[in-house]
Amino acid sequence: MNLLRYHLRRVFTILKNEVFVLPSRIMVLIFFLAVLLMPLVVDDAYFIRILILTSIFAIFAASWDLLSGFTGQINFGHALFFGVGAYGTAILNQQAGLPHWATIPLGATIAVAAGLIVGIPCLRLRGTYLALTTLAFPIILLGIVFAFPGFTGGELGISGLTRLSGSRMTTYYIVVVTMLVSVGVMWKITDSKIGIIFHAIREDELAVKAAGINTTMYKLMAFCLSGFFAGIAGGLYAHFMRIAGPSTLEVYMSFQVVIFSVFGGIATIWGPVGAVFVLVPLLEFFRLWPEFRTLLFAMVVILILLYMPGGLLPWIRNKIEDECPRCKIRNLAVRKVCRVCAAQMH
Amino acid sequence: MLIDILITSLIKGSTYAMLAIGFSLIFGVARIVNIAHTAFYMVAAFCIFYTTTQLGFPPLIAIFTSVALVTLLGLLAYKLLIAPIREHEAAVLIATIALAIAFQEVMMILFTGDYRSVPHLVPGFATIMGARVFYQQIITFGSVFVVLGFMWLFLRYTKLGLAIRATAQDREVANLMGMNEGRVAMMVMGISVGLAGVTGAVIAPLTIVEPHMWNPPLVMMLAVVVLGGMGSIKGSFYAAFILGTTEALVVFLVPAGAYLKGAVALSIMVFVLLVRPAGLFGVQFEEER
Repeated sequence: MNLLRYHLRRVFTILKNEVFVLPSRIMVLIFFLAVLLMPLVVDDAYFIRILILTSIFAIFAASWDLLSGFTGQINFGHALFFGVGAYGTAILNQQAGLPHWATIPLGATIAVAAGLIVGIPCLRLRGTYLALTTLAFPIILLGIVFAFPGFTGGELGISGLTRLSGSRMTTYYIVVVTMLVSVGVMWKITDSKIGIIFHAIREDELAVKAAGINTTMYKLMAFCLSGFFAGIAGGLYAHFMRIAGPSTLEVYMSFQVVIFSVFGGIATIWGPVGAVFVLVPLLEFFRLWPEFRTLLFAMVVILILLYMPGGLLPWIRNKIEDECPRCKIRNLAVRKVCRVCAAQMH
Repeated sequence: MLIDILITSLIKGSTYAMLAIGFSLIFGVARIVNIAHTAFYMVAAFCIFYTTTQLGFPPLIAIFTSVALVTLLGLLAYKLLIAPIREHEAAVLIATIALAIAFQEVMMILFTGDYRSVPHLVPGFATIMGARVFYQQIITFGSVFVVLGFMWLFLRYTKLGLAIRATAQDREVANLMGMNEGRVAMMVMGISVGLAGVTGAVIAPLTIVEPHMWNPPLVMMLAVVVLGGMGSIKGSFYAAFILGTTEALVVFLVPAGAYLKGAVALSIMVFVLLVRPAGLFGVQFEEER
């Protein structure tokens, strides 16, 4: 009983001293609670479906950010990981008859292997060369997929995968909890020492090398981690849609994830996730005007970027929070003095 | 057969060359990765379609109006969209992707997604060694060479050309030497989009005109630019014909595997890059820091 009280008090203190002091942290908390409690409030099949797809794309966008936002290895072919994850999962499910809790991690592992196959040769390329070369890989794979229709289903893809679960609610929770856990893990990775090295590689690879860090290994690690999470997203997508088709490998898929991530602010992890939760429902909302849907989407992206070129969420965050000039700790924008070192804020 | 392959690869190669050179110009000078480049090509093709079939313009005037219109559109896009966010490279990238999608959708609304065809600007064909060679194909191919020739002379022998080459080599030093970097970038944007417009205008009668027609050449154009070496115009030129010939060979020799043409061409690009990471003619510059 005492132990419980101790832990409760600890949670309460953390909430009071760490979370409720900053609006951005409150927002993250609200976001977690909202996605977890949503189906208790809304019970609309269409709405739940949109949320599930949004969560899947959130994992996908965050994984792009982990690779391209943090290490600066701009990947224009991120659909490769998604597609390999989806196809791997589908083939394992259909040919080997494995259940989804086995196929999705295995599919993600196959995506990691794909990440290695692509990543090792690509390490020699830099910057824009890398970006434009990676664009080629999903298209090459698409050619292979079409070349072996017996194995991959060709144009139609592999359909009839087992459902994630019988009920809509369970499916929702499987996807959302996976999303929260993987995004949390990615956030934690980028917050750790590895994340700092990733950041440093983007800023100045030569300096990182000079500091005695094996940048090749870290870049490969970024490829693998990113490929793993994108593969999970692909596997979830395949099991949720119950089909793994060529659309998962299309150029638009790769571009879409870049749009999501840059729109939300790169090198943040929370930025892309937030952007997906803004843009995907918005894209659904635009279905009210079907012929203008994509145009409106493009317009929104262009307009937001014109005024917030660093991304939507970092812009909002900088509006409501300020950095203390002395101790670099973030504070609510309206505060006069820093909450930690009591220095004058303005 | 041989003539067919030759003609197809020349046509494909010259379109890719023209697109890729426009793309690498703006990339070299302003470091803008303009994904919307082929969208301008699509818009030009639609302009040709509209002016020749709906308004009944004579071919030459149609080409001039559409190239002028597309260039104007490009300059507007640069001024309003790209210039304000130039320093954020990722944002520019997305802005151009969104711009391309916006163009596609506008064309979709204006002209619907139907497949259109434009009549040959000069009808008729010649028979060379038993193969039909349409005059339009010769015109397309010839005009690309003429335009590229003028482009080369322009870059080589005019003051603006010198400024463009200088800015491509070193932006800061060029700026210090009194070249208005922003203005040069804008000029290059106009030229680059103009080249895309010319390509679209001369290729329109040979392809199907539809709002999604910018997608396949986009990927190939990027592959050409990378294969030839970023910023190397000579490299883009050779790479365009290498990839164009590969596509033509795949289509004609393995008709059942025609859908593999992109994959085969891209695989060649990947293999070349593994051997020469800076492309065929690219120079590995000192890392920009």
